[in-house]
Amino acid sequence: MTKIGMRTIVAALSALSIPLLPTATLAADGLEHAQRWQLNMPYGVTPTSHVVYDLHMLIFWICVVVAVLVYGVMFYSMAVHRKSRGAKPAQFSHNTRLEVLWTALASLVLVAMAWPATAVMINMYDASDSQIDILVTGYQWKWKYEYLGEDVSFFSNIATPDDEIYGDAPKGEHYLLNVDKPLVIPVGTKVRFLITAADVLHSWWVPDFAVKMDAIPGFVNEAWTWVEREGVYRGQCTELCGRLHGFMPIVVNATSQNAYRRWLGERHAEAAAERALLNQRMDLSQLMERGKQVYQTNCASCHLATGAGLPGAFPALHKDSAATGALAEHLGIVINGTPGTAMAAFGAQLGAADLAAVITYERNAWGNDTGDLVQPIDVERYRRGDGVQ
Amino acid sequence: MSADHHHGPASGITRWLFTTNHKDIGTLYLFFAMMMAFLGGAMAMLIRAELFEPGLQLVEPNFFNQMTTMHGLIMVFGFVMPAFVGFANWQLPMMIGAPDMALPRLNNWSFWILPFAFSILVSTLFMEGGGPNFGWTFYAPLSTTYAPPSVTYFIFAVHLLGMSSILGAINIIATIMNLRAPGMDYMKMPMFVWTWFITAFLLLLVMPVLAGAVTMMLMDIHFGTSFFQAAGGGDPVLFQHVFWFFGHPEVYIIILPAFGIVSQIIPTFSRKPLFGYTSMVYATAAIAIMSTLVWAHHMFTVGMPLVGELFFMYTTMLIAVPTGVKIFNWISTMWRGSMTFEAPMLFSIAFVVLFSIGGFSGLMMAIAPADFQYHDTYFIVAHFHYVLVPGAVFGVFAGVYYWLPKWTGRMYDERLGQLHFWLTFIGANLTFFPQHFVGLAGMPRRIPDYALQFADFNAISSVGAFLFGTSQLVFVVILVRVLKDKASGRLEGAVGERAWEGVEGLEWTLPSPPPYHSFTTPPSIR
Repeated sequence: MTKIGMRTIVAALSALSIPLLPTATLAADGLEHAQRWQLNMPYGVTPTSHVVYDLHMLIFWICVVVAVLVYGVMFYSMAVHRKSRGAKPAQFSHNTRLEVLWTALASLVLVAMAWPATAVMINMYDASDSQIDILVTGYQWKWKYEYLGEDVSFFSNIATPDDEIYGDAPKGEHYLLNVDKPLVIPVGTKVRFLITAADVLHSWWVPDFAVKMDAIPGFVNEAWTWVEREGVYRGQCTELCGRLHGFMPIVVNATSQNAYRRWLGERHAEAAAERALLNQRMDLSQLMERGKQVYQTNCASCHLATGAGLPGAFPALHKDSAATGALAEHLGIVINGTPGTAMAAFGAQLGAADLAAVITYERNAWGNDTGDLVQPIDVERYRRGDGVQ
Repeated sequence: MSADHHHGPASGITRWLFTTNHKDIGTLYLFFAMMMAFLGGAMAMLIRAELFEPGLQLVEPNFFNQMTTMHGLIMVFGFVMPAFVGFANWQLPMMIGAPDMALPRLNNWSFWILPFAFSILVSTLFMEGGGPNFGWTFYAPLSTTYAPPSVTYFIFAVHLLGMSSILGAINIIATIMNLRAPGMDYMKMPMFVWTWFITAFLLLLVMPVLAGAVTMMLMDIHFGTSFFQAAGGGDPVLFQHVFWFFGHPEVYIIILPAFGIVSQIIPTFSRKPLFGYTSMVYATAAIAIMSTLVWAHHMFTVGMPLVGELFFMYTTMLIAVPTGVKIFNWISTMWRGSMTFEAPMLFSIAFVVLFSIGGFSGLMMAIAPADFQYHDTYFIVAHFHYVLVPGAVFGVFAGVYYWLPKWTGRMYDERLGQLHFWLTFIGANLTFFPQHFVGLAGMPRRIPDYALQFADFNAISSVGAFLFGTSQLVFVVILVRVLKDKASGRLEGAVGERAWEGVEGLEWTLPSPPPYHSFTTPPSIR
């Protein structure tokens, strides 16, 4: 907190002397990400975000007018009707006409607000006639995107390294707002998001789209967007979802329709390559290398990179643990999860090669050294119920 | 101090353990609230220290979540609610011309449950797996399947707190209905009595609902039920409906007594009767009734049907009407008065101005489509801190400065009182106003680390928080000096029955400090 802290204080103090005119950074048009000293909501890049912004500003200015009137009367009274200026107190205690008048006026102002708000609300809820449907699933602490009818699905994890978070490396431009694989959607297309969660509640928010929808286990919520301009748009999970709630960003890459089709083709090719892996046998070093990566992304947030876990909450994986016990049990826990605990069923999240690699890694890392090798085909057999060989 | 009465307080620790006296219990509540305020405040300082700059410097994310959770629980259930019950204990019997509360032994028990409940709650921080880390709203399944083992202790503590609140509410209702001096009709009761009367009914209505919510959690965790477990056919959204059916009236439980205190203070220092007493009473009742019809505005993004969104949007906007009536009435009370600006009045005026800012942002959030952008961001954090800090907490300060001379017979140091006000005023605004900006710009709430563009306003907010926190030491100095003066029997600063020039009401007909059993014979009401 030393050097950076001082700089921040100096910046903060010097900025206080700058007149904080709302117009300075208001309605940042076409911004790909928020700016420093930004005071207001983004105008955004969708028709919905524009009307929501306009609605927000309408209510804001109504509030400002009411505030100026009410506070104006109050401050005038405080300045004039004070004992030190010899004011003699009046004794009136009610005025029915005035009281009826301001109650009626307040109600009228509310109707003026409710009218346009209702129209916007109805429009936001109309997700019909979408051209692309994407199933968004919140996991602790990553997002899964599944293009319905396209056989394309992948996880999107935070890409900011721990070194930046813990101050051991300078923080990059999109600190905390970068992912390994962004969601890709085409511009000028009605995209429907079907939003759900696999463990706890999450909430999927991209401010520039004015789309925020809670991801709830057992429910599938609907939201939609129609992006006007190409660009990279960033958001975050907005429902407290546990330890790393602050570290599950959302990045949407809105591309041209051609680029989107090209990207989709690449994903199809990738999926075919993944299926081919099933029939390959990997050696220990290949499995360990791949397993370590899978572990870092999916397991280390609870069980820690050292496999030490967190006593009382997340079991340790080194030495006498599930990771050195019977192989079938180990496969079962990783693939099916442990009901009633935070241990998710990774069988639904990872491919056979990744599962085989991470289980091999857990059984041989941190001095576990069981020498057990798990191949993708073993995982597949376990899933089919053929048991472990 | 009470030589002319048949007995005074017992001496030593037993006075406090076994007391059935409304003033002693009021004092216990107020001191307990102050201790909790400093504990919850310390947690807030830790939160703001971590958020001073981007990156993780001081605490781990899991501990950060425990801090935000405990800060909220302690401030709501440990500080503000007990503080207002303390005011109710001290003031209600004196304001309605009664000797004590109607149910004195119950009164003792309602207080003494609290230290046990909070010992249990705070001890969870030292348990294996840590304390509650799922936010003060404890949404399932994060608070059930995914919670640390200590959640069972948390549930037990919430049950105890609820019990304490329900017993206290029963006592307040019984006192107001039965112990008013002859001639004090309901529509002659002081506003503070009215607001607490209505608050007590709200407590009776919603605390059992909270108990129901945590009981269902307990069943899900230990007895294999699936109230909130989708995998077992349950419904996580049900939790939110049940919680907010308690939670939204809860915010009015916190703010209505503050409305009452301010409604006593503004007429006093304007030297003019309260404007629109009748409409004030009806507005308070209207707010209380409507508060039970708006709960799902906390849940605009859970995917309710359109009709639900619109219903809760309209009802929420409607609450602005009775709230606006109250603000207009306070200002009309000041209009053509003869005002002075001692600490209670300063805190009350700041209350009206800053609470309204929270009201305006509340109105903005009522607009459901716009709330999709505000929901779960720092804009919300700014909003509810504006209604709770310059709202409820300033109400507590205003009330303490207003009645402290009555309670102790000694005037506090006004210069220090003014200093405390201005430091608190500047500190609170510096802390919470910038949070509007980062919230609108896209910073989610309940995160221990944030993107770089939010750094500047967060640094300001943290500096403000440290100022706000440390200025409360001035308040402690003021209190200690008053209590020392009283203990030493120094006559300098002693006040008569009417400690303030413009005061009206039965409590000001009693000596300062008042006798142990406030009114042993009922006063006569004009």
